[in-house]
Amino acid sequence: MESLLQSLLGDNLLTVVLYCALPLVFLLLYALLAILGEVKISAWMQDRLGPMRTGPWGIIQPIADVFKLLQKEDITPAKADKFLFNLAPFLSFMSAYAAFAVIPFSSQYVGADLNLGLFYLLAISSLNVAAIIMAGWASNNKYSLYGSMRAVAQIVSYEVPAAMVLVIIVMFVGSLNLQDITTAQSGPFWNWMVFGGPKQDVVLASGEVLSASWVNLIFLPFFLASFLMYYIAGLAETNRTPFDIPEAESELVSGYHTEYSGMKFAMFFMSEYANMFLVSAVVAVLFFGGWNSPFGVYLGDAFDAPWLVAVEQFGWLAFKGLFFVFVMIWVRWTLPRLRVDQLMYMSWKVLIPFSFGIALVVGFLVVIL
Amino acid sequence: MTESMEVLKAGIASGRLKTDELVLNMGPQHPSTHGVLRLELVLDGEIVVKVIPQMGYLHRCFEKHAENMTYPQVVPYTDRMDYLAGMNNNHGYVLAVERLMGIELPERVEYIRIIMAELQRIASHLVAIGTFGMDIGAFTPFLYCFRDREYILDIFERTCGARLLYNYMWVGGLSHDIYDGFLRDVADFIKKFRPTVVEVNNLLNYNKIFIERTANVGVLPADVAVSYGCSGPMLRGSGVDWDLRRDDPYSIYDRFDWKVITGDGSAGTLGDCWDRHMVRVWEMEESCKIIEQALESFPAEGDIASAIPKRIRPAKGEIYTRVENPRGELGYYLIADGSANPFRLKVRGPSFVNLSVIDEISRGHLIADLVAILGSIDIVLGEVDR
Repeated sequence: MESLLQSLLGDNLLTVVLYCALPLVFLLLYALLAILGEVKISAWMQDRLGPMRTGPWGIIQPIADVFKLLQKEDITPAKADKFLFNLAPFLSFMSAYAAFAVIPFSSQYVGADLNLGLFYLLAISSLNVAAIIMAGWASNNKYSLYGSMRAVAQIVSYEVPAAMVLVIIVMFVGSLNLQDITTAQSGPFWNWMVFGGPKQDVVLASGEVLSASWVNLIFLPFFLASFLMYYIAGLAETNRTPFDIPEAESELVSGYHTEYSGMKFAMFFMSEYANMFLVSAVVAVLFFGGWNSPFGVYLGDAFDAPWLVAVEQFGWLAFKGLFFVFVMIWVRWTLPRLRVDQLMYMSWKVLIPFSFGIALVVGFLVVIL
Repeated sequence: MTESMEVLKAGIASGRLKTDELVLNMGPQHPSTHGVLRLELVLDGEIVVKVIPQMGYLHRCFEKHAENMTYPQVVPYTDRMDYLAGMNNNHGYVLAVERLMGIELPERVEYIRIIMAELQRIASHLVAIGTFGMDIGAFTPFLYCFRDREYILDIFERTCGARLLYNYMWVGGLSHDIYDGFLRDVADFIKKFRPTVVEVNNLLNYNKIFIERTANVGVLPADVAVSYGCSGPMLRGSGVDWDLRRDDPYSIYDRFDWKVITGDGSAGTLGDCWDRHMVRVWEMEESCKIIEQALESFPAEGDIASAIPKRIRPAKGEIYTRVENPRGELGYYLIADGSANPFRLKVRGPSFVNLSVIDEISRGHLIADLVAILGSIDIVLGEVDR
């Protein structure tokens, strides 16, 4: 696909660098917003004000936080494995950031338009596990070790139902490419997967025509359940409440990043927030139409301005992603935490059988319809 | 315990799974040890094999101090034991001295003391409930509880100037009379407070995850509770119907109509963490009832200082007085030798006694359960160490 940026800047090194850097710019801005959201939303839920001194209503608090972290002493514990200890936070962030390559931010922008997009997503986000166990092991601290063991067990367990849900969508759309999955849901909001998928014929990027009709409404309950399962698994993979046992404050102080300070801690923090948005964006792409406008039309089309369409599309994806990040924050300040064995039970005995069952039914339906 | 845990335990027991024990220090600087308690945990993976509580980080020689001070000088020190329930601590101590000296108190003093003690009980239980929620991982109910505790502390502050360490109850009387509008403030508080209980119930206590985390965890059978000498919500949570306010009445508690809350095991097993927690929740309602009745029959006139003796010098003798502290039976064993200082003052602290049962009830549980159990015991280290 001839993308807007390429047509504007030409096919040179600058374009490539810009392509790589754009999500990072977005991610940094988003992280600031999410940190502010976390403190402010929790404050509203808890009948307090939150930060009020840094700027009007404390809106520059996240920037102050970042500066504070920058000024902190960079401590490496004496008995730690220095190489692994220093590598872990960056590997963690790298895995979170690399996954953004396949997220279609608009019809004009996707970092790498891979045919194996979802497969790549699963593979690269699993690298986070390596970073976490690296951090836990290298810290030479019992609490860190416990935290990282829990995290690894948890993330590995929850990748199974998450992958199964992806399989369900892939079976339906017939493509692993996230751009294709998004295009398949174009049109008004009832074409989104969560409402049973497209109700009209769709032409995919590869030129293939996906024929569909109102019969697709039969998929609605299955896709709705898959969405909930994927979101729950996503919460667990990002170590968010109620699945935050790897960093359970009341038990393990702060789990695998207990020994980290300064910017290395900030990298873990960033990777957590990046992962939150990643899960939310994937949920938006898979089930809520990605960059598609819920109305099926764009303001840019009316003015015949393709750049405006691209911006609008980005806006819709960011909005949907941020909404699910908001839900994560909401859940975090509402629910207590599960216990280790309950968490495993939830994954192996509830989510996995259900996701396999739904995959079976959807596969069957896809074949006969 | 779920099925998977049983399988794991069976594997370990049969020798097919080889594991090593690990000693983990929890505390004294740890978010969930409620102060400076240090727990030495012997762990088998995540399973707790043994808990050895190490305490004394907050030991301030209260009992020895008391021997070198006059009787009224001891009162401020009692605040500092169980710093979440200063009023109840004052009450127990002054009661001991008053009984030793045979002082008859004016009605008004008794009423104010009851209202203060029950408000303090609510405040203390609010902290217990909030921090227990936080141990389980729910942060928000904690702040709701602290918001309402603030109203109580405001009333205390307006009455005696202090929010935490009051030195309010004196031998034979009180340090300050109530301020104008005190009764209205207390009545208003109770009106504001009742919806909070409903709110916390909806948000936390009947939350599925919360029940899963606390029911059937740390089960304390009634006979074990009695043999360890547990008291307060710890004992009542195990279904033992025992409350000193009713069974060994002091002050004017016998005049009020209220009931002793006991655990019923409705979420899991009788005597689990959830029962202990809910006993505290419902006890706050009973305290509200007592306060309401006290407000109704509150004597309009009276001098709070009329019974304060000029010279506090009890005759030779000894006495054991116990009161129902929010955490259980707080006893003062006082020996007077006829001088102005107590010869010996021994305190029986409920937190200290309740804490001793932790090893018994947390063996075989997970680390996360241990945190829940410790939270449900509701210790205050100031009183454990004294």
